[in-house]
Amino acid sequence: MSDIRPEAEAKHSATQKPPLDPHLKALENEAIHIFREVAAEFERPVMLYSIGKDSSVLLHLARKAFYPGRVPFPLLHVNTGWKFAEMIAFRDKIVKDYDLDLIEHINPRGAAENVTPFTHGSALYTDIMKTEALRQALDAGKFDAAFGGARRDEEASRAKERIYSFRTPDHRWDPRNQRPELWNIYNGMIRNGESVRAFPLSNWTEVDIWRYIQAEDIPIVPLYFAEKRPYVERDGMMILAEDPRLELLPGEVKQEGVIRFRTLGCFPLTGAIRSTATTLDDIIAELETATVSERQGRAIDRDQSGSMEKKKREGYF
Amino acid sequence: MTVSATATAEVFSLEETAPDHARAIRDSRPLRLITCGSVDDGKSTLIGRLLWDTKAVKEDQAATLERDSSGKQNDLGLPDFALLLDGLQAEREQGITIDVAYRYFSTDRRAFIVADTPGHEQYTRNMATGASTADLAVLLVDARVGILEQTRRHATIASLMGIRQFVLAVNKIDLTHYDRARFEQITHDFKEFALTLGVKQITAIPMSALKGENVVYDGRAAMPWYDGPTLVETLEKATTRSNQTVGFRLPVQRVSRPGESFRGYQGTVAGGSVKPGDSVVVLPSGMVANVTKIVTFDLVRNAAVAGDAITLVLDRQVDVARGDMIVAIDSQPMTGRGFDAQLVALQPDGIEPGKRYWLKSGSRRQRVSIEPVSQLDLKTAKWGAADRLGMNAIGKVHLTFDEQAIFDTYEQNRTTGAFILIDPDTNNTVAGGMITGRRSEIGGIHKDDQRVLLSLPADLAEKIMATELFANRRQDVDVRHTSAGRAAEILADLDD
Ligand SMILES: Nc1nc2c(ncn2[C@@H]2O[C@H](COP(=O)(O)OP(=O)(O)O)[C@@H](O)[C@H]2O)c(=O)[nH]1
Ligand SMILES: [Mg+2]
Repeated sequence: MSDIRPEAEAKHSATQKPPLDPHLKALENEAIHIFREVAAEFERPVMLYSIGKDSSVLLHLARKAFYPGRVPFPLLHVNTGWKFAEMIAFRDKIVKDYDLDLIEHINPRGAAENVTPFTHGSALYTDIMKTEALRQALDAGKFDAAFGGARRDEEASRAKERIYSFRTPDHRWDPRNQRPELWNIYNGMIRNGESVRAFPLSNWTEVDIWRYIQAEDIPIVPLYFAEKRPYVERDGMMILAEDPRLELLPGEVKQEGVIRFRTLGCFPLTGAIRSTATTLDDIIAELETATVSERQGRAIDRDQSGSMEKKKREGYF
Repeated sequence: MTVSATATAEVFSLEETAPDHARAIRDSRPLRLITCGSVDDGKSTLIGRLLWDTKAVKEDQAATLERDSSGKQNDLGLPDFALLLDGLQAEREQGITIDVAYRYFSTDRRAFIVADTPGHEQYTRNMATGASTADLAVLLVDARVGILEQTRRHATIASLMGIRQFVLAVNKIDLTHYDRARFEQITHDFKEFALTLGVKQITAIPMSALKGENVVYDGRAAMPWYDGPTLVETLEKATTRSNQTVGFRLPVQRVSRPGESFRGYQGTVAGGSVKPGDSVVVLPSGMVANVTKIVTFDLVRNAAVAGDAITLVLDRQVDVARGDMIVAIDSQPMTGRGFDAQLVALQPDGIEPGKRYWLKSGSRRQRVSIEPVSQLDLKTAKWGAADRLGMNAIGKVHLTFDEQAIFDTYEQNRTTGAFILIDPDTNNTVAGGMITGRRSEIGGIHKDDQRVLLSLPADLAEKIMATELFANRRQDVDVRHTSAGRAAEILADLDD
């Protein structure tokens, strides 16, 4: 069976967009180069797909890198069971529209023991449902390379990470002993069981992501756009109050307001922001004047400085 | 600075629209720069200051910074800006930079990617990592201390790696009472040294990274005697390099064959430009073909230039594999089995003579054996003979390949002239290298031509062997140490 898409060429050449500006073009070229290099050098690559804006950009770049062929590796969604419902609907549509191979993994131990963000606390929950689950899925697929959408501007320990980030057989990252990475020459040599996490978006900033989504007309989950939504306030965060599993605690009331999300993850751990941004232009304008970083709405990053490094050493993405 | 503890308190207003620069900064690719220099000269502080004064630090990050630097504030009551950069636990605990950190900021005119590199000699490899992709180096010097060996080492590595634009940041000038004579002396010393590297484009700036003088804002109040540019003004004017004016090069990363009807060669253009109709050669096979199409996701393009990630379609069935290079027919790179190169050794074991390494350049990986020829002495800036290279050494080597290799000189093309060495035992990257030329395949001491035996006093021989001319032809020379009496005997034998 041939996996070429003859209709695609005509479609794309028909809808001519203005060319990307040199800044975004340089970032795009670098990402495509990384995608092709990993796909050529590794036996079993996989792409981590978290459904968020960075994943959407990552997927778009993968489609560009391998065009006119199919994306030559599966997508892996590590599900926790606590994602926003709109994220799952969006994921399923994208997988169908773009003819992708999706692997979904939920930690069976976590599911059996009923590990939830409410009962186990955000740290332990993240550890089991994300970090441990990711290790299980990577082991099960015997993947030797995993693409991730992490950016160096997200967090101080990310800023230190290589584009090819080497992992031991038990998925550990040794930040003090990273391989030198010179020019755009990547060292993909590993032994059996070892693996590499590859980060094509390393040099992108949050604004770049949004400007690229706009320039390339990339579909994203509607939760990024402001709309009137129900929420409750908890631990200083606005939590979306849509899922029936969310039980109101004493003193909490369901409210309604025009809100949106700057990052997307598990709904009980992701805080919304008040915003009236309903278009990409609005979002970019808002970002240019934003005074807090995108990570601020995430419970898991707030425990302590260095918490991300610790999680990453243990195999978190 | 205070920060709202809750996200709910954060209300965004669209009334304050984004400044117009949001568009203006994007008319060029980001400028890539590194900070380098000796430990404690203020590299991390400088970048922290750059991020701070260009508003790249958000309030929640600032709050974390304030919390983390409590008790560590300096006498000026300013937070420890280096903590914005030193993101690893070990770095925070030891108060030093271990690994390179990449940071992003922009001004009204331009976007920047800055690599903060470690000053300690043992982490030189991480400095080289940062230097390899940089357009410009900011070299810091502590105004009280002046140029150190490590300053020279970093300047040398940066220049070897092709950086031609330098900013000499004479930092901590506040601790010298803004001493102009001191600034001028250090500038003079550095310019003299830089001449030996062939570096001419140097902007010297007296600076206090901590207080933010001549970084983003000028320091006129404290230093009325300085009327040159601030650091950011210099960065805004710096040029980015490209490989666009050289011959067309496409290192093939993958062959795309999604179906019977399509066969395309995917890679990133590493030099020059290409358009449909161009005649090209596939190396190393030497087969000739013409370009029919440049395919990208968006549209079929009528040209591609250096830096573009493309898929190339040729007009005939030729054998092309990953690692091959498709090049302009009228401007071809060098091919051969022997090359000369300069290396930076990056790991504790150094580079062992005769050992077979993997060499990766572009998408091509092949076996190579390395013969060290000479090594740069950073104290004297002279090349001396060497037969192995230790950690952090900068050396000249001969490369001998089992199969044809394809290179340009690094001087001509920073992509097709660069390579890394991988140790097959550890899989680690052990050196970064830059091609200086091709070597004729019959060389060495067994070459059949006229020879001269000289008997010299040891000190004179040392001096001659330290010259560049000698070092460059080290493989053609046989050297033995012996006594004056024995030398006389041997020469006498010849006369018989
Ligand atoms: N007075 C003064 N202190 C500075 C200046 N720049 C850096 N420092 C201090 O010098 C020390 C070393 O700085 P750091 O940025 O960690 O140096 P690095 O090792 O080069 O990264 C820190 O205590 C800084 O606060 C400056 O311009 N003036
Ligand atoms: Mg430092």
